[in-house]
Amino acid sequence: MSILNKFAPLRQTYDQLRAVGQNPFEMVFEQMFSPTEGLHNGRRTILLGTNNYLGLTFDQDCIDASVEVLKAQGTGTTGSRIANGSYGGHRQLETDLAKYFNRKHCMVFSTGYQANLGMLSTLAGKGDYLLLDSDSHASIYDGARLGHAEVVRFRHNDPDDLAKRLKRLSGEPGAKLVVVEGIYSMLGDAAPLKEIAAVKREMGAWLMVDEAHSLGVLGDNGRGLSESAGVEADVDFVIGTFSKSLGSVGGFCVSDLEGFDVLRVGCRPYMFTASLPPSVMTSTITALRRLQESPELRTKLHANGNRLYNGLKDLGFKLGPQPNPIVSVSLEDPMLAVTFWNRLLEGGVYLNLALPPATPTNAPLLRSSVSAAHTFEQIDRVVQLFETVGRQLGVLPALPPMRRAKPATGSGVFPANAELDRAIAVGAR
Amino acid sequence: MNESLSDTREQIIQGLRQIVPASAQVSGTTHIMRDLNLDSLAVMDFMLTLEDRFDIVISLEKVAEVETLDDLVSVVDQLRARKLKS
Ligand SMILES: Cc1ncc(COP(=O)(O)O)c(C=O)c1O
Repeated sequence: MSILNKFAPLRQTYDQLRAVGQNPFEMVFEQMFSPTEGLHNGRRTILLGTNNYLGLTFDQDCIDASVEVLKAQGTGTTGSRIANGSYGGHRQLETDLAKYFNRKHCMVFSTGYQANLGMLSTLAGKGDYLLLDSDSHASIYDGARLGHAEVVRFRHNDPDDLAKRLKRLSGEPGAKLVVVEGIYSMLGDAAPLKEIAAVKREMGAWLMVDEAHSLGVLGDNGRGLSESAGVEADVDFVIGTFSKSLGSVGGFCVSDLEGFDVLRVGCRPYMFTASLPPSVMTSTITALRRLQESPELRTKLHANGNRLYNGLKDLGFKLGPQPNPIVSVSLEDPMLAVTFWNRLLEGGVYLNLALPPATPTNAPLLRSSVSAAHTFEQIDRVVQLFETVGRQLGVLPALPPMRRAKPATGSGVFPANAELDRAIAVGAR
Repeated sequence: MNESLSDTREQIIQGLRQIVPASAQVSGTTHIMRDLNLDSLAVMDFMLTLEDRFDIVISLEKVAEVETLDDLVSVVDQLRARKLKS
């Protein structure tokens, strides 16, 4: 009897995935050419699942500044800020983030996951209540589990359901902290934040918004859904990550709450882990500056998101409720999704495969996230490949031979995929 | 008190019937996830409907205690009793 026996069902699923083709959860890229292209199995592949919303991973300013600090200050801090002290970069980044969000306080964490783990487990203590949207990210659920508050879920993006649950708790003395996300990572749907903020005000709860996928994406200044919904004053805590629009790694929380700094000595996921390396601080500081001085990146990002969303929608694919940089195609059956995903990869497009029960609607998802760095040609190529594979696998109805979609050619970054073309030709007969 | 609570089991079974096949056997020792072939998502959604049906709050810690139908009935009974007292 192995200690791993309890994983037998998971192992079985995993092996099944391997049998179909590439295992989507152990992809290796031999090389990265840009924010939108990498080398997989010797083939140039369009990256469409990176969350690299502004394409800043290869930004020259970020790289140059980061390299300079790497040389001057070394590769790592080798300890936590409590034990080893902070570097100038940690403080600088916190100051810059607080200023950007117009808040008094900021705490930087080593990942966004740890920011949620730390803030949720520390802010809400014994006798308090956490009210989580039922589609919350794993880091939010895990943060809730780490702490001692009572955890209550409300129906996804449903302010009335939240109000109902807060009313049930109105007799309880503990603090109530409502946690939602700006853009939900699986389907790209945004929270109805104006309405949620109204419930929060009416019921006297606290509100935290995880802007992981909306920082740099929504709002005139890129401050996320809180800004675009016009409710920043109602949001008590903003959580975010550096690992998406800022192109590095790390997480943060900003707030105006009086006495916030006490959390630096009370929040275990902040205290008991090594702080971010100085070069990461610098690239993040630079990326935050780039985000603010380049609103055109946001414009391009949305143009790309709309182009992909509308392209796939026009073809008849089932998508999330609104166009956003996250575009997810919902399929009927997990094995079909795995096959579809493999065909896309063979055609030179890599995106995320999400399988139930990790998906909100219990349907498997082919999840894309576009970047400002994608070209329209890349997006069009993706839509074309989706059409080809969709017809091939019967997700879309077959076209009569004359109107058949133009198969992939050897132009651009894509070598011709002869096998795929042959299969289509056979299918069209 | 027991009179107002006596229908807990019946109401829970009624709710379960709406999400499992008609042929499924449901008894006190039925293991909700394993025997009824419900995944964690379905169970969590079922808990939301029970909260609304009984006007109670079932926290995630309470959900974690539940394996069988009997467990669930006892958790819901406790919460209903607490509500009646308050
Ligand atoms: C909503 C949400 N919160 C937090 C995180 C965690 O961010 P990080 O990658 O910085 O740990 C993610 C990313 O996976 C996310 O989608």
